[in-house]
Amino acid sequence: MNAPHELPLQAEVVATQENYVGQSVPRSGAKKLLEGRGTYLDDLRLPRLVHVVYFRSPHAHAVIKQLDLSQARKQPGVVAVFDGHEVAKFCTPWVGVLGHLKGIRSAPQYAIAPERACWQGEAVAAIVAQTRRQAEDALDHVLVDWDLLPVVTDMEASLAGNVVIHPDLGDNKCFSRELITENFEAEFAKADVVVEKVYEFSRHTGVTNEPRGILADYNPAENLLTVYQGTQTPNMMQDIFSRHLGIPESNVRVICKDVGGSFGIKVHVYPDEMATAAISVMLKRPVKFSADRIESFLTDIHAREHKVKIKLACTHQGDIIAFDMNDLTGIGPYSVYPRTSGIEGNQVVNLTGGPYKHKHYKAKLDVVFTNKNVTCQYRAVGHPIAMAITEGIVDEAARKIGMDPAEFRRRNLIADDAYPYTFPSGVKFEKLSHHQCLDQLMTLMDYKGLRQEQANLRAKGIYRGIGLAAMIEVTNPSPAFYGVGGARISAQDGATIRLDPAGMVNVLVSVTEQGQGTEAVFTQIAATAVGVKVENVRVITGDTAITPYGGGTWASRGAGIGGEAVLQAGKVLRKHILDVAAAILKVESATLDLVNGVVVDKLSGQEQMPLSEVGRVAYFRPDTLPMNFQSELTVTRHYTPREYGFTFTNGIQASYVEVDTETGFVKLLKHWCVEDCGTIINPMLVDEQIRGGIVQGIGGAMFEECMYSEDGQLLNGSMADYLVPMAGEMPDMVIGHVQTPTKTSELGAKGVGEAGTAGAPGAVMNAINDALAPLNANVSVQPFTPQRVLAALGKI
Amino acid sequence: MSEHCMHAQFTVNGETVDAQVPVRMHLVDYLRDELGLTGSHLGCEHGVCGACQVMVDGQVVRGCLTLAIQANGKQVQTIEGLTESRELQQLQAAFLEHNAFQCGFCSSGMLLTALEITKHHKKATREEIRELISGNYCRCTGYQAIVNAIESVLVKSTSKSGAKV
Repeated sequence: MNAPHELPLQAEVVATQENYVGQSVPRSGAKKLLEGRGTYLDDLRLPRLVHVVYFRSPHAHAVIKQLDLSQARKQPGVVAVFDGHEVAKFCTPWVGVLGHLKGIRSAPQYAIAPERACWQGEAVAAIVAQTRRQAEDALDHVLVDWDLLPVVTDMEASLAGNVVIHPDLGDNKCFSRELITENFEAEFAKADVVVEKVYEFSRHTGVTNEPRGILADYNPAENLLTVYQGTQTPNMMQDIFSRHLGIPESNVRVICKDVGGSFGIKVHVYPDEMATAAISVMLKRPVKFSADRIESFLTDIHAREHKVKIKLACTHQGDIIAFDMNDLTGIGPYSVYPRTSGIEGNQVVNLTGGPYKHKHYKAKLDVVFTNKNVTCQYRAVGHPIAMAITEGIVDEAARKIGMDPAEFRRRNLIADDAYPYTFPSGVKFEKLSHHQCLDQLMTLMDYKGLRQEQANLRAKGIYRGIGLAAMIEVTNPSPAFYGVGGARISAQDGATIRLDPAGMVNVLVSVTEQGQGTEAVFTQIAATAVGVKVENVRVITGDTAITPYGGGTWASRGAGIGGEAVLQAGKVLRKHILDVAAAILKVESATLDLVNGVVVDKLSGQEQMPLSEVGRVAYFRPDTLPMNFQSELTVTRHYTPREYGFTFTNGIQASYVEVDTETGFVKLLKHWCVEDCGTIINPMLVDEQIRGGIVQGIGGAMFEECMYSEDGQLLNGSMADYLVPMAGEMPDMVIGHVQTPTKTSELGAKGVGEAGTAGAPGAVMNAINDALAPLNANVSVQPFTPQRVLAALGKI
Repeated sequence: MSEHCMHAQFTVNGETVDAQVPVRMHLVDYLRDELGLTGSHLGCEHGVCGACQVMVDGQVVRGCLTLAIQANGKQVQTIEGLTESRELQQLQAAFLEHNAFQCGFCSSGMLLTALEITKHHKKATREEIRELISGNYCRCTGYQAIVNAIESVLVKSTSKSGAKV
């Protein structure tokens, strides 16, 4: 393992050089957000801008017998009204499948449903008006005659197939996968102990504070479509607008200004956003759509509706032999484009049992269509399921054989010196640090002391529980994630770095900023690589017309992939700057160095010239340089991870809770996480990123659930009814680190965006069940509401 | 439906507004759409998330639950004005120093709540700070950095006032 100081981020003999990597530098360029000076999507205004709103199906499954827009068209301020057929002439439908998910199927999905709505909230008409209020007023004048169709919302009913949503497909199966290791049944049969349990996960959603939005501005003179969008993937959207609207790729420009949270919600293709772009083309003027909260609940992707049966086989001594799991997940009526809705379940298959060294594994996955909103990749994709079922059943096994859960894990976690390691599901780990993380966690939380406190309080009738959850997390995906399946989603990212004449360093990066501090960490990497102060670096992201081509932000890839591109570009720029300075000074460039924005003599450290002088000569007086010398003060470099399918990170979380056995309320007392994300670029940002992730995981475990009636009506589409974690219910969280930089890149950063969310639900569940164990009660259906806790206790 | 308007006169960040105001328009919509003050944000539009918060006569209100016409005769302050007047300076510096925000969408509202805490709950404990900011939704942070930032400002002001005594 490389210690951070061993990382080759600095040229030699640069003891005075400031290394920003590893420092908690306050975020560059973020002060505007604290002064109300950000530019979120709905803050944008353009001349001749009109506003579009969508008439959405009130039914979960119904055929449009007749759609009458004539009255809506006459309302004050209304500019245009469109049905699905009209929009389809400008925007072709899509099918959300990928080649490497063998057998995955879906039906063609339109920007506006022309004939049939398959979930409550699917748009069936568009109204465009001068103001949003006028457009919303006109919605009341849309008349639709519906022919109601049978509805299937339950996953098991969908699998049974009595109601088939897309008759052309024959049944409701979107995707299935089976995996079994050699001699599985024989090895499983050797077990002394088998524990088995069914875990259920309720669908929930991202609830970004800023709802989704898009402003599309079509300029017919140049056949140019400029799209302002709160998106994580400008280049992916550029490609999609181009192909589905029939505009050349180079004529589509996607600009992503400030984004009010995304978490995977804003990485997908949404029909209403495609329709907005199409309507801009149709009307030849700028059109804005900004979802309101009920639209967000009805149409932002949902996630994580799973029912999983899992078995663990182990010896009396506590050695895990095998996991056997069967996952059923319901994804709504369409597989979401272009990433598909098969990936989440596929990740559950890939990752279940992930931290452990058993050799045998069997898994079965069924992904089925239902008449609810679509589901797709949301922060930590599949991990919260895989980690919770793994860690839940591990605790059951430990309880069954009477072993302390920490000791059970110590016995079974993959050894820190066993890498590189191939897991039974086929995924490969470069280097993980489960045991170091476990050891650090035990110390951090004073595990023994806490167990003592728990025992003392239990004697007084207070039920506290401690829950552990080891975890692995997929980061920095290679092209194996989407590209090989035919999706035009870049696994590569790029950085262009330029010395400006005044001595400032300008960095353009294809990874986007959603608030996680991407631009800040790129600033730190660039400053370190070039040899300037952070205040002399400006980072620009989110504009396909100016930034290099790349994948954007998802799968915890920003720092690890984009960061490496910035590092490599910065190192070359540093060399090129020194070449110019050497030409000016008529010395060998090897005798020079760049420290804190000043060219110095390497040996004496004596200042030679500021960067502004390098810039002045290179740009304005190159006539004074040797005839055969051309300065190159703009450098572009790219990076693609290829050696492993994914970089994996690892960690372990612990939760400490108190269960009120009278009311069923669970109080979260404290939470710990020890994480290994490789090289840490900014510890302060990493820590709060993990905490935010934990809170999002806790949300799914404790509060969040998109509740549907049997006929497919969303029952809690407001923030008053759908509970999200607020500060009052959240505990203080202690974060610890182990750093095992990946050797596949020079930077060594593995990524950290999703780890907190991956492990938190399992840790909280195990803590609750630890508290309930003396009462022979156990919860397994998330979220763990007071009602479910009381039901487990047999009190209701 | 034509807009029913009423005459209203109020100040926004010290500047007088004298206008016909649509009676159904919410204050935050008026600030954003009519005055271009986009620092107050629309998160839920039903009073839960707190991103739309502004001050009316020195009290924090939900801009999405207050009608613009209700500001008649009153003084409205927004994140932009409170930044300009430097009332938020210490808190903004603390939020930056403690990384008490990520996407920043909640920050305008969160800072206004924080300002109320520094004014009226100078001795708030961490637990009390958590309770007091529980009307402001932040999806990005774990809230801990926000609690830390507010606490740091309270500690500074308490130690200052303590020195006077």
